[in-house]
Amino acid sequence: MTLLAPERDRAGRRPARRLSTTALIYLALVGVLALGGAAVALDGGNLFATANLVDMLTRTSLTGFLAIGMTFVILCRSLDLSVGYVAALSSLVAATTMDGQPGNIPVAIGLVLLVSGLIGAANGAFVTVLGVNPFIATLGTGLILKGYLDTQYKGPAGDVPAVFQQFGYTRIAFIPVSTVVMLVLAAAAVWFLRSTRTGHHMYAVGGDVDVARMSGIRTKGVLLAAHVLCAMFAGVAGLLLAARFGTGSAEAYTNLYELDAIAAVVLGGTLLLGGRGGVAGTVAGVAILAVLDTVFNVMQVDPFAKDVLRGAVIITAVALYARRQLDRTARRPRFTLEGRLR
Amino acid sequence: MTRFRDLIAKAANPTGTVFILLALILVGVFAMNPGFFEGPSLMAFLKQAAPLVILAAGQYFVIVSGNFDLSVGALVGAQVVIAARLIDGEESRTLPVILAMIAFGVAVGLVNGLITTVLKVQSFITTLGMLLVLYGAIRLWTGGAPTGSLSEAFRQAGRFGIEDVPVLGQVPWALLIMIGLGAGAIALMRSRFGRVLMASGDNERAAALSGARVDAARTAAFVLSGLSATVAGILIGGYAGVSAQVGDGLEFTVITAVVLGGVVLGGGRGTVLAAMAGALTIEALFTLFNQMALPATLRPTVQGAILIAAVAYAARQRARPAPAPATPTATATATPS
Repeated sequence: MTLLAPERDRAGRRPARRLSTTALIYLALVGVLALGGAAVALDGGNLFATANLVDMLTRTSLTGFLAIGMTFVILCRSLDLSVGYVAALSSLVAATTMDGQPGNIPVAIGLVLLVSGLIGAANGAFVTVLGVNPFIATLGTGLILKGYLDTQYKGPAGDVPAVFQQFGYTRIAFIPVSTVVMLVLAAAAVWFLRSTRTGHHMYAVGGDVDVARMSGIRTKGVLLAAHVLCAMFAGVAGLLLAARFGTGSAEAYTNLYELDAIAAVVLGGTLLLGGRGGVAGTVAGVAILAVLDTVFNVMQVDPFAKDVLRGAVIITAVALYARRQLDRTARRPRFTLEGRLR
Repeated sequence: MTRFRDLIAKAANPTGTVFILLALILVGVFAMNPGFFEGPSLMAFLKQAAPLVILAAGQYFVIVSGNFDLSVGALVGAQVVIAARLIDGEESRTLPVILAMIAFGVAVGLVNGLITTVLKVQSFITTLGMLLVLYGAIRLWTGGAPTGSLSEAFRQAGRFGIEDVPVLGQVPWALLIMIGLGAGAIALMRSRFGRVLMASGDNERAAALSGARVDAARTAAFVLSGLSATVAGILIGGYAGVSAQVGDGLEFTVITAVVLGGVVLGGGRGTVLAAMAGALTIEALFTLFNQMALPATLRPTVQGAILIAAVAYAARQRARPAPAPATPTATATATPS
């Protein structure tokens, strides 16, 4: 909570009103790093030692993949609660297809993207064609996948060749390859949202689906695309899981990755109500969570206290954003008395 | 004839769907095991279903006012652990501890409600944060594993009932509590408070402009949800014993139940009776799975498929009577907030 103090000062005084939300989140990240570093230093450690930096960056990649994908659907005012299951399934598909043969790696990657994309398409179809609330549709898909995984795979399955395991473990200096891949994909996603038509349409659909449709946007196609992209990013996360574990693991879904991803997206300043935010903020959100986790780890905070602090940090951060930028709990009012709405 | 048509209309309305689904599942259960409708086994079923039904009523208040409560599962777990730790087997402490639990449930609901309404944090995030806080705090407090034990008096509500009733055998206290609270919830929704709550979920701005105290009503809804989790915790603790895991995943089951009852996420639509019937339907479904000796691992799959199908069916029904105005509502309300 106090970790976010620098941002509060800024918002409280409101001098730099035009500072963008994303810039503020990166400021908050710097603040968290500084405070975390200070706290660890007082404890007699060094947050910026190589081992800790590696730990920090390694933590960003998995949540990063999931959160980037989640950003697309949340921008469209949708949600995906099935990503954890998709990632678990993808890790199994990858590991069983590779089956120890380095030659199978391209096929496995293609198959993972195909399977996860299809699941995303199913999610999108439930939401757009059948009109099922995304919370329910993706919860249902998650349950379906959970049943399949539990029935089909009693334990770890498949074998990931050593070459592909490099994806999980290799580092360039202190930067893990997986983090580099995550950042490259994040950059691609930023470009996609800023420079392509579908990207712009995602903001429009999330802002107001009716207005978007009346402006001639095929809203259903856009939502479908967002869901497919989200699930494919979850597929990439599954590939990373497979590379790290060396086998496919159905148990991966028990970690509730989807809630982590949503927390990171929201921490990154993307509105849960859609239409505002972006992937750049999400990456910062992921980084903040990773820094916090590393700080807790280095300082050997009780793992359960970590949950308490995490919950408090997420609520506090979102409360601060809410104070700063908007009163959009329901919809953007068009005609308002200046004094009444901030 | 008109009566018949009325009946059809009622059945086709999404709120009615859940009752048909419940009837179908019960017929299925009966086909597999004709003994199910004999008094004792029916009572046992209702005793087991009572906590979920009560939770569904609590969650209904929150959902119909346009919010979510994801913290109920963690709260149920927390309440069971608190009860065991504070009572620690002493009969005399039962009542004070129950009062403390009620206070705790109200406090959690109040915090959820105030953060959502005053600080304008979306309830999804508020209650997700609360879930994490409760989950961590309770394990921190107990050092990982729950300690202490419940008293006999505490277990009464969840496990026992009025014995030796003709035909029925034991009439569980849980069933009576469920009926009492269910009736209370229905009465509450018919009162002024209920209308304000419904209006807040339907159109917050219109409700506020017409003088309703939207924030107060929504906060009260969270408090009611916290209370329902407390009662459910007392029943589940008595029935199933002490474990910090009892509540894990319960929030999703409850939301599933409420939505199955035709209540629209985003608020403003659906009845509390149907929400409770949704909970009963889920429990009946689990019973059916048991009867069919379905592999336990396959249950989530069937549950998920039925969930999507039922909600898709309800969405179709909602869109049909007046296609033009209803379609935008169907998509526009399809949002968690």
